[in-house]
Amino acid sequence: MKKHKSPGRRSDEWILRLYVAGQSPRSAAAARNLEAICEQHLAGRYRIEIIDLLQQPQLARGDQIVAVPTLVRHLPPPMKKIIGDLSNEERVLIGLDLRPRRRRVRMPA
Amino acid sequence: MPTSSRRTRTAAHPTDLEKVPTGISGFDEITGGGLPKGRPTLVCGGPGCGKTLFGLEFLVHGAVRGNAGLFVTFEETEDEVVKNVRSLGYDLADLVKRRRLAIEYVRVERAEIEETGEYDLEGLFIRVEHALRSVGADRIVLDTIESLFAGLSNAGVLRAELRRLFAWLKARGVTAVITGERGAETLTRQGLEEYVSDCVIVLDHRVVDQVSTRRLRIVKYRGSSHGTNEYPFLIDRRGIAVLPITSLQLIHKASSRRISTGVDWLDAMFGGQGYFRGSSVLLSGGAGTAKTSLAAHFLAAACARGEQAVCFQFEESPAQYTRNMRSIGLDLDHWVTKGLLRIHAARPTLYGLEFHLATMNRQVDEARPAVVVIDPLSSFTGGTFGEVNAMVMRLIDFLKGRHITGMFTHLIPGSAASQDIEIGVSSLMDTWILLRNVPPGEHGGRHLAILKSRGMAHSAEPRVFALTRHGAVAGKTEATRTRAARTGRS
Repeated sequence: MKKHKSPGRRSDEWILRLYVAGQSPRSAAAARNLEAICEQHLAGRYRIEIIDLLQQPQLARGDQIVAVPTLVRHLPPPMKKIIGDLSNEERVLIGLDLRPRRRRVRMPA
Repeated sequence: MPTSSRRTRTAAHPTDLEKVPTGISGFDEITGGGLPKGRPTLVCGGPGCGKTLFGLEFLVHGAVRGNAGLFVTFEETEDEVVKNVRSLGYDLADLVKRRRLAIEYVRVERAEIEETGEYDLEGLFIRVEHALRSVGADRIVLDTIESLFAGLSNAGVLRAELRRLFAWLKARGVTAVITGERGAETLTRQGLEEYVSDCVIVLDHRVVDQVSTRRLRIVKYRGSSHGTNEYPFLIDRRGIAVLPITSLQLIHKASSRRISTGVDWLDAMFGGQGYFRGSSVLLSGGAGTAKTSLAAHFLAAACARGEQAVCFQFEESPAQYTRNMRSIGLDLDHWVTKGLLRIHAARPTLYGLEFHLATMNRQVDEARPAVVVIDPLSSFTGGTFGEVNAMVMRLIDFLKGRHITGMFTHLIPGSAASQDIEIGVSSLMDTWILLRNVPPGEHGGRHLAILKSRGMAHSAEPRVFALTRHGAVAGKTEATRTRAARTGRS
């Protein structure tokens, strides 16, 4: 990861890494879905890095990638991981902490 | 599967199943060469049964011989893995540095992962392939891949992907060990045995009567004959040692060379030449009938010829033993100092029979002795008759296979169990000597009789002897005189 601060980088910038393996339809779908979600919810304050593990297999170890596609939220902390093609927007939002997890409150009997 | 891995021809079907030695003591013997080459083997068992160690030993022994390996750990970090086997003298860090070994820690934490939509385990495949290539490994251990089921929720995807992983490893010709935790009704929790069908090994760790016993069983070995017995094994400071039952085959070479009993008059009773080399000798007798002393003579004579000897003492400490033998003029300490005699003392009840047997095997393999004394056999009454009998049989076969003359002392009359053992064991022995103390009188004194001695002429007359400061001395008058002197009676 780049250490230096790029000028004009916002403190609330989101850094997201999407790990894929080759140009599979699933990888493409994940990238497309991610972009759409970010545009809608994080417009102007996100950066997406797409890492093709077939090209850079050594990067899989650092972020403990097992499944692909895997989306890793590097910033803001804490680190979050979402696996799958990101087709379920609701779950992606929950996974990224962009929407509070729904809690079922049960009243005592 | 990474697209970069071209689908080359998988290895042509060899007529003979090639095997890869694990280097695990005894295991390669019972499998006729080791694990099936280029195929996955499932090693399963409960917690603490030694699966991880089995895998690591397989890699370490291979690495030392020049076959690089990859250890994929799903449960412990690289550092933990390195630390865990350091006590066994394995320096994994050094092997990693020399690029003989790669350790890949794969962590999947369910709490950190949100699942949304379809996925596969290509990330794992890529990591495994990358790590395999980084050291040029042709051996891999996956320990314990079932952990993935705890980390990921889509069991259907996992099963399909594991099946694909094992097939992929096989296509690449990598010899794999896959460990699995024992399930309630299946060999492994996730039923991995369905996917790994070439070779399945079950390890077991039981504690009976506060004595722990480890056993190994080969459930399946496709394309290869294998024993279906349970093989006892132990984990000691040098790692795993499996006790092969190469026995029960009776294929030992029979030597016609002879070995002195260490006592000239006893040699004379065996036609002047003593026992056969590589045979087994049983000395039975009541308490204080000079079993230990006669065995010590046998040891001292071997050392005096410059041969290596090992004594397994189950009743006395080495210091007490050598002190007592000094009273009959045998300086065993001298031979210990010279490095010819090894005295290994242990309490018989401290460990299970298997552990004793394994320890004896290790000691014998290290010392490469010409003679071995087990003193006394009767202390092993902890096990059932069958267990003790089987242990003695294995021990005899082990010694015979190495052409070692074995001497076993046995106390009678012992408990009922001990008598059963004597009857069972005596049939395994080539030579059986009975010792008896007869109260003072016309025929009083120490008596020795040869009950049997296969394949040689031997005296059927009982012999009277005495224990003196100069050892076991024959002759009635001498015996009576010495005894009188020793006891202070006339």
